[in-house]
Amino acid sequence: MKKLVIISLLLVLGYSLMNTFSDIEFGKKREGISSYFLEHSPDDLQVANTVTAIVVSFRGFDTLGEVTVLFLAATAMGTILFRRRSKHTGLNPQRKSPQASRIVQAAGKLLFPAIMILGAYVFIHGHLTPGGGFQGGAIIATGFLLLLISYRQFKVEHKYVTWIESLAGLSFVTIGLLGMILGPHNSFLENFLNVGSLNDLLSGGVIALVYIAVGFKVGAELTGILDTLINIRETGDID
Amino acid sequence: MIGAAIYAIITKDLIFATIGTSLISLALSVIFYLLHAPDVALTEAAIGVALSTIVFVIAVRNTKRYEED
Repeated sequence: MKKLVIISLLLVLGYSLMNTFSDIEFGKKREGISSYFLEHSPDDLQVANTVTAIVVSFRGFDTLGEVTVLFLAATAMGTILFRRRSKHTGLNPQRKSPQASRIVQAAGKLLFPAIMILGAYVFIHGHLTPGGGFQGGAIIATGFLLLLISYRQFKVEHKYVTWIESLAGLSFVTIGLLGMILGPHNSFLENFLNVGSLNDLLSGGVIALVYIAVGFKVGAELTGILDTLINIRETGDID
Repeated sequence: MIGAAIYAIITKDLIFATIGTSLISLALSVIFYLLHAPDVALTEAAIGVALSTIVFVIAVRNTKRYEED
């Protein structure tokens, strides 16, 4: 009975999917929309980097979905892997992993500010040069990773990470809603600022603001994930 | 890149296999850059080379080795 229900559900699902996809011809070249993007993004939005224009402006709602998926992944990982260290019961004894060597520590200290600046540069200049919020956030997370593996006593305060993450996500949604209120067409994530001129730092309207928010959010999330993982290793309770 | 992939499959030590996969990511990001996709190259370099390698290394350090070699 149960199997019959499952099979009939799958059949219905497959039929609806087939209905949807049978209209799309296989292997046909479709260039209509990409040429539109290539022509219009430098003129309408004054954005030099077309990829950024597509990701944040034309497909901005998808980006919000991606950020949400990442947030859910980070939260689920924290929920599954979070274990409290208990010294009294001896359930999760703290295993002493060896301290990193002095060379690694000095190099980490030296490289950390440079990596931070690179990450910030990548997401602030997301509308001018290749890269953007996701890439810059990942670079910032690698900087924190360097500190986490070289200094055993270095810990990321999860309270602040959560705050940064929530504020960044909130500002993304706020910018989108402001576009709905102030924009000329009243649509989500619409540009409501002065677009400026091409190849300027202050160009592209809201795109730079959205990418800064995304950069902070991705950096905080990935740093939180790495901190959770590394502290699991420190407690050593996976057997 | 293909050599690194084959090495990652045939090697016994999981840490070396992880290094092999990160070499694949490094070569892949160079290929992306040469194919005029610098955005994807940056993502691949940051996530594929650094972050996922570290996640694998942490996972491997939490496992035990059962077979003798």
